[in-house]
Amino acid sequence: MALLIIENLSVEFATSGGTFRAVDRLSLSVQSNDILAIVGESGSGKSVAMMAVMGLLPWTAKVTADKLDFNGIDLLNLSARMRKKVIGKDIAMIFQEPMSSLNPCFTVGFQLAESLRIHMGMNRSERKKRSIELLELVGIPAPEKRLSAFPHQLSGGMSQRVMIAMAISCNPKLLIADEPTTALDVTIQAQILDLLVSLQSETDMGLVLITHDMGVVAETADRVVVQYAGQKAEDQPVKKLFAEPHHPYTSALLAALPERATSRLLPSIPGVVPGQFDRPKGCLFSPRCAFATDLCRTVEPKRASADLGHALCHYPLVNGEPTKNQKVS
Amino acid sequence: MSDVVLRARDLKKHYNVGGGLFKSPNIVKALDGVSFELKRNKTLAVVGESGCGKSTLARLVTMIEEPTEGSLQIKDTELAGASAEARKALRPKVQIVFQNPYGSLNPRQKIGDALTEPLSMNTDLPKAEKRDRAKDMMAAVGLRPEHYDRYPHMFSGGQRQRIAIARALMLDPEILVLDEPVSALDVSIQAQVLNVLSELQEKLNLAYLFISHDLSVVKHIADDVMVMYLGKPVEKASREELFSDPRHPYTRALLSATPIPDPTREKTREVLKGELPSPINPPTGCAFHPRCPKVFDPCASKTPLLVGPGSRKVACHLYND
Repeated sequence: MALLIIENLSVEFATSGGTFRAVDRLSLSVQSNDILAIVGESGSGKSVAMMAVMGLLPWTAKVTADKLDFNGIDLLNLSARMRKKVIGKDIAMIFQEPMSSLNPCFTVGFQLAESLRIHMGMNRSERKKRSIELLELVGIPAPEKRLSAFPHQLSGGMSQRVMIAMAISCNPKLLIADEPTTALDVTIQAQILDLLVSLQSETDMGLVLITHDMGVVAETADRVVVQYAGQKAEDQPVKKLFAEPHHPYTSALLAALPERATSRLLPSIPGVVPGQFDRPKGCLFSPRCAFATDLCRTVEPKRASADLGHALCHYPLVNGEPTKNQKVS
Repeated sequence: MSDVVLRARDLKKHYNVGGGLFKSPNIVKALDGVSFELKRNKTLAVVGESGCGKSTLARLVTMIEEPTEGSLQIKDTELAGASAEARKALRPKVQIVFQNPYGSLNPRQKIGDALTEPLSMNTDLPKAEKRDRAKDMMAAVGLRPEHYDRYPHMFSGGQRQRIAIARALMLDPEILVLDEPVSALDVSIQAQVLNVLSELQEKLNLAYLFISHDLSVVKHIADDVMVMYLGKPVEKASREELFSDPRHPYTRALLSATPIPDPTREKTREVLKGELPSPINPPTGCAFHPRCPKVFDPCASKTPLLVGPGSRKVACHLYND
């Protein structure tokens, strides 16, 4: 059974320039024991969608969905009191900036034990024992000493390990990692990714990895959702996505990677991601798409079949060429 | 005219930190003996993690700071004893593009003014001439002429980085220092900016000092690569040699830690243990030895020298003796 089911999730912000739709009818599901990567450029709504799941968005955000279901619990209509019991216990999140996510005024041990006290109802000695266990689990040397350390005494990689220890402290069923390694150096990034993957396979939890790094996706994820300007552009298992992208955006994104370059000039995508005021009609990617036709510029595309990676495109690519078999309805 | 435009020999930069009235300050060896040459139309990439001295190197090369020791020659002029006039004449020849295009442009200055400012400071060209030059440069980096009168907030990150590049090129420099120029940008925009940089290099015969931590970008743009660890170069090689046959254990670890966007590839990762040690109190001998998977007898006591045949140099006891 799917652990997390999202159907037609939209998030709108009321801004001075009118409503801005940051997430546009996103549907996805996460199985337990599954690593789902959400990839997209900045402003593609990948973080906002997961914040909506966690209920962390400010009151200015309007969240609507047909279904927002976690393990049989309806997250959309959950009371604040009930939400507190789920968030942080069964769903946990790791953020991008480990240094600013920890409270500088309290020791690592205090912050780690807080969730153990509230969610697990452990007493002092149990909490201490479990905290040491957790720090050991995430690979922090001399954990007994580290419990009394303040966040400023830790390096970025160590802080991120503490964040992970906090997130997994209550054995969550779902872990959402929002760009967990973007602020870290490559050698530390490798350590943290290995740690996340091994924890995931040991505990059978679902892992949602939000990232913009295609390399990280290729090395860790089982399934990939590609986001563009708030919409899901494509949804495929990782190997298939890299072997044969069906959405022109995914294809262009992969081609723009320096690793895949064949000449000195990279095949770049012209233009930029549309913002609030220059959203194109029809397909959102049409102004930057190499294959766009008049149909793309006027009519919103329909989602293609699962064989074509659920691509949101009039002419999903097959072998790098657009297909013409899609009918306009 | 020789192709070498900048020659650095044994550059060092030490900072004093802490200390007080009765306490002597600690010395941070941010840069501890770096030698390299920059050639026309070539790119030297400097790779390393945070704290390895890459940005200190950029500050020395652009004459923002003075080296503690060592010699820096720009266009055959030795900087160590150079007069103020000689330095002033050299400054326009070395320009820099910073990492964060959101922080490096004055939000209250129009793009046109930002671009003509270097000309106003250094030349006495008439106004119309300055304007023409700025517009030419904007066209060269792929900005439209109507952008001249706009403010930085009206541009995206990629466009801002183009503006920063254009501004750096206004005084016809020969050396461009690029301090992580694409790491703040998204992949699709990163490709655009890298293309602009390659085109400009060919057109203007520029020497690039490309500072980055992203090996995939370096593999694409560099001619030569220098890998640094805790203020010291550990390996120097041409791009082909470095990526096909990395020698130093740190280089190998960096390469294997870099995620490759190919899910079918077998993962063989040499994950490094531990973290970068404090530069205030670096390990004895080879600074990398506490994390090195191949550590053996002499590593903890003897500092390896950067030696090797030709341009291929490694600082590791595995190859030294």
